[in-house]
Amino acid sequence: MKFLCVECDRQMTFEERRLPGDGTLAAAFKCPSCGRVVAMLTNPMETRLVASLGVKIGGSTVGPEPLETIRANVTSGRPDAFTDDGQRTTEHAVTWSAEAQDRLSRVPTFVRGMVKKIYADYAKERGIDEITPAVMDTARAELGLEGM
Amino acid sequence: MPLHIRTYHDLTEADRSGLGEQVGAQRRRVAERLAPVQRVVAVMSGKGGVGKSFVTAFLARALARAGRRVGALDADLNGPTLARLLDARGPLAVTAGAVEPVAGTDGVRCVSMAHVLEDGKPLAFKGPEGDAFIWRGALEAAALRELLGDVAWGALDVLLVDLPPGVGRLHELVDLLPKPPDVLTVTIPTRESADAVRRALHAARERGTRLLGVIENMAGPQFPGDAGDALAREFAIPLLARIPFSPQDAVWGELAARI
Repeated sequence: MKFLCVECDRQMTFEERRLPGDGTLAAAFKCPSCGRVVAMLTNPMETRLVASLGVKIGGSTVGPEPLETIRANVTSGRPDAFTDDGQRTTEHAVTWSAEAQDRLSRVPTFVRGMVKKIYADYAKERGIDEITPAVMDTARAELGLEGM
Repeated sequence: MPLHIRTYHDLTEADRSGLGEQVGAQRRRVAERLAPVQRVVAVMSGKGGVGKSFVTAFLARALARAGRRVGALDADLNGPTLARLLDARGPLAVTAGAVEPVAGTDGVRCVSMAHVLEDGKPLAFKGPEGDAFIWRGALEAAALRELLGDVAWGALDVLLVDLPPGVGRLHELVDLLPKPPDVLTVTIPTRESADAVRRALHAARERGTRLLGVIENMAGPQFPGDAGDALAREFAIPLLARIPFSPQDAVWGELAARI
């Protein structure tokens, strides 16, 4: 989708994506001429529908993980379904703060390996040495990780 | 003064979300993953309970014993049984960018939702209560896409896709694959089975698939009828096998030789 600043007759540019809670997905766009910012807010049903397609509003700089849609959305998955600790590609590049590790430990085992790898790839790509809860929050919003 | 509204394509700067491109990339991922697969064969029936998974499993094993490289994808997401029939046990190993299929009996490479789901639990998705009818179908189609495109099937002579009853998943499969699959159709001898399978065969033909033939399963006095012969005649396709309730091993080898 594209946003038009009707007053300036200019295409607005994507600014940021946020997950403010209650299932809402917010994508902010700014007019390069007048600076006006508008936010598109999806309701939880719309957010779910987009996530169901395996696509991300605002795009993503990180490639999809194998079976990402299944792992991110199935709630009846077996804890030992996958053998992937998410460390192979990035374990030497990124460390996790104690708080981030605690938060990660609360992610269901079924999806934890994939989530860990996504955050680690995100940090590595941006030169972040330590993953903290704040980094995780930013990554969730930037990458459109609804529900992770 | 009326607002000056332009069209999507009037705005020439890139669409950051690029949802169309994302969907295109998903399809390319499937095509690239299946490029080393010589042939995709969907095993379907319009009717439930005719033994599609049973036929798929034993046909896959017979093909493997004949020296073919065989994969078996369980596309029955809500009632997966293929992994058990092939004794293909998880967990699924995630390697560089893909999930490895599990080697089952006779070396058949299998992936099933049974590998993913807790024993005895139905396939359930997170999401707001009450409107799952809107997004559940999209999620199941996405799951099928990922089972095709995110699994390291490797070089196969044939990938058998075990479909659930009905034709919905066949439509999704045809939409996802770079070219329509071949189709094997399973029926039991009864008239009501013929009625349901006939609809599925018409749908498969309308989608441009190649109909390989009909397999009449559970043939014998328990289920009187001639659905296999009737459907084969009607669609001008071969009746590939008539399989009794307790088939001899030779049946599968003979069927494999005709595929």
